[in-house]
Amino acid sequence: MIRLLYFASLRERLGVGEEQLAAPPGVGDVQSLLAHLRARGGRWSDALAPERPLLVAVNQEIAAARQAVGDGDEVAIFPPVTGG
Amino acid sequence: MAVSISVQSEPFDAAVEVSRLHQANPRVGAIVSFLGLTRDVNEGEPVQAMTLEHYPGMTEKALAAICAEAERRWPLEGIRVVHRIGELRPTDPVVLVAVASRHRSDAFRACELVIDYLKTRAPFWKKERTPFGERWVEARASDESAEQRWREGSP
Repeated sequence: MIRLLYFASLRERLGVGEEQLAAPPGVGDVQSLLAHLRARGGRWSDALAPERPLLVAVNQEIAAARQAVGDGDEVAIFPPVTGG
Repeated sequence: MAVSISVQSEPFDAAVEVSRLHQANPRVGAIVSFLGLTRDVNEGEPVQAMTLEHYPGMTEKALAAICAEAERRWPLEGIRVVHRIGELRPTDPVVLVAVASRHRSDAFRACELVIDYLKTRAPFWKKERTPFGERWVEARASDESAEQRWREGSP
């Protein structure tokens, strides 16, 4: 299972903060995971639209689009950070 | 060198935190600290309160990596980072970055790097409450350019 986390405005748009996802066939990296989630349609395709400036962390480190993702990974998706 | 990081909902006392950085360490010749505060106006609208959310686990790792980067670049005697989460009101301290070193120039530069990186790399998000409703604070391009000054090879 992949543990998925959503934060801040993205969590509110999706209406969910966390879920467990069995790695679907064809999902092996960050960009294919995002494409899979967008394909759910509705709020998912809107909130995760490619033009939105979202960041992805794999196992708590910022990840690039082609970084591998699979069972046992923690993947977080969130908007640009605004701390400090 | 001692690095100490706290992410907490409780208030903190900046003076106490700073004094802990040099007590019992006579090598410290300088401490530079940055204290970030909650303002009562943003983007031209009054702010009544602010809620800070973070990503537990990643936040601490990101802050530790930022402090390690500062330690790699300058000879330091200690770094203390305290960041509040939860609800804050105008005038409340949000973040303290304090850096101790033997000489002031290292502490000045390291302190600025840590806060610049914190603003762009540590997973915190602010939501403001205004008289017109709640809104998520947008990331600032000026924070991104402040971070880029520290890229290796930048003038």
